[in-house]
Amino acid sequence: MIVADKKPIEEIIEEIKGHEKILILGCNECVTVCEAGGKKEVGILASALRMYFLNQGREVKIDEETLERQCDHEYLEEIRDVMDQYDAVVSLACGVGVQFMAEKYHTTPIYPGVNTCFLGATEKRGLWTERCQACGQCILARTGGICPVSRCAKRILNGPCGGSDHGKCEINKEIDCAWQLIIDRLKALNSLDDYEQLSPLKDWSTDRAGGPRKVVREDVQE
Amino acid sequence: MKVKTPSKLEKVLAAGHVAVTSECGPPRGSDPEVIIKKANLIKDHVDAINITDNQTSVTRMCSLAACIRLKLMGLEPVLQMVTRDRNRIALQSDILGAASFDIYNILCLSGDHQSFGDCPTGQNVHDIDSMQLIQTVRHMRDEHKFLGGADIERPPEMFVGAAANPFADPFEIRVPRLAKKIAAGVEFIQTQCIYDLDKFELWMKMAGDRGLTEKVSIFAGMTPFKSAGMARYMKNRVPGIEVPDEMIKRMADTPKEKQAEEGIKICIESIERLKEVEGVRGFHVMAIEWEEIVPEIVEKSGLYPRPSVE
Amino acid sequence: MRLQYPTNIKIILVPCTGKIDVLHILHAFEKGADGVYAVGCMEGDCHYNSGNLRARKRVEQAQKILNTIGIEGERAQMYNLSSAEGPRFAQFAVEMDERIRKLGPNPIKLAQKKAA
Repeated sequence: MIVADKKPIEEIIEEIKGHEKILILGCNECVTVCEAGGKKEVGILASALRMYFLNQGREVKIDEETLERQCDHEYLEEIRDVMDQYDAVVSLACGVGVQFMAEKYHTTPIYPGVNTCFLGATEKRGLWTERCQACGQCILARTGGICPVSRCAKRILNGPCGGSDHGKCEINKEIDCAWQLIIDRLKALNSLDDYEQLSPLKDWSTDRAGGPRKVVREDVQE
Repeated sequence: MKVKTPSKLEKVLAAGHVAVTSECGPPRGSDPEVIIKKANLIKDHVDAINITDNQTSVTRMCSLAACIRLKLMGLEPVLQMVTRDRNRIALQSDILGAASFDIYNILCLSGDHQSFGDCPTGQNVHDIDSMQLIQTVRHMRDEHKFLGGADIERPPEMFVGAAANPFADPFEIRVPRLAKKIAAGVEFIQTQCIYDLDKFELWMKMAGDRGLTEKVSIFAGMTPFKSAGMARYMKNRVPGIEVPDEMIKRMADTPKEKQAEEGIKICIESIERLKEVEGVRGFHVMAIEWEEIVPEIVEKSGLYPRPSVE
Repeated sequence: MRLQYPTNIKIILVPCTGKIDVLHILHAFEKGADGVYAVGCMEGDCHYNSGNLRARKRVEQAQKILNTIGIEGERAQMYNLSSAEGPRFAQFAVEMDERIRKLGPNPIKLAQKKAA
């Protein structure tokens, strides 16, 4: 899923303080699972903002809504009828949702309420870690199912570098060395010999480097 | 042994001599005198001088400019190049720039992570890795072609090196990793600082058993301790460096004013021992910000005078 | 035990303090409460293992948010006692009452009155 983290309330206040009718808009998908932008977080942020503005002696309308998703037209359409009641929206969806909202409601400012962090997994409640950087050319078949692009600090395709220290990365003792994990896994798969295959220069044109990407699937288009 | 490049370093090795290299770190400023001074301290005692490339990710004068400075002094530079800061366009471009000044040696590295340096909030590039940089230089040199496939007019003639750390984790892939670098096309290897001689000898033996020491010239990396504090720092703080406890003790048991002398002694003893190891073809003496000590170490290890080669 | 404790405290029963969320605490303040405190079992003695520890974290989170928006975070508190400690329950109530009296009324309540 897409993992996000809450933005400090101070930062959100700073962005929206000029508005008077604000909708706090959550998303029921990824950001709900990582407890950054679901219905509950919408409630907490809205309550805090209402009290903040009251305390400032200002009358600011702060409403709450949470959509099934903010990355699909149909769900964003659900609030079309009420959008004219607001002069700003704080979206607690990932960066995709914030932008899709902005595209759909062209004349309403949409502010991000979370920092979108990475594509990751829930290790346990309150701990999410990165697994994928969406490079567009998956090499996991060659690396024992562990991704050096997202999990090595230098995204080294022929690792490990000299900084691998007791299975940890030189930049932080809490980060596993991706190449140690790859080697352990190749061993478990009884294919450590594969380690000696040189990984060729990667084609990054399907990554961020190639500019904004799109997936076109004519077979499923209507 | 037939040489493939005009590199003096390659010729020294081909003639069967034990080669000696050292390194200079460029200044954090634009004064060329710093490099000239450091180079003058060591030039008569080494075959080639490595110039580091923004080591530990601290911004410095570029390695290429400092290498050109050495070239202008009539010396033999080894251009260190990290993949951290440049994409494949810049890497190839800098290789050609170096070649235009007849720089004949390159050391391909990935580079320390930028979080250790003076720009921890900066991006890193890592378009290719050190292994792929080796392949890139060999491709440009031997195929006379850019990565993009076009022909290179006057291709680079570079003797291609890389680093190896016999002590980094996991130990079991240390020799396969060397094999991989050789498969990528590396011709010489400068190792991480060696203090655990037994472990290094084991690594050399394992490499030798696979026939790898025949295919690559290995330089043993030597760094003298200036003090017992430095020895402890190397052991505890620098990832991938192993210092045996008895060596730490030997330094610590020496009175403070004699520790530097003891550090030099340990270094010389180590070189004497490793000279006898099958496959060790040279020594890379890295006296960090202590360049003036290199001549003494080289002389006392019986590696002086340096041979002249044609 | 006929213990005396301040009468201005409204008790809301929950099955475990682990049920209490940041949102409940904030809503209580939004609705005019001058202070909110949770009384849970002794740490280490939670029937559901960690309910009271979660409650403590949530109270702390609520304190942080309150401080950020200009309301004294200490208006929210977490206490622990065992079920046999009636006198301590009364003592916490007195302590909380004194703390809030020192701070004065919830500024939100005043702001709401002014706005109305």
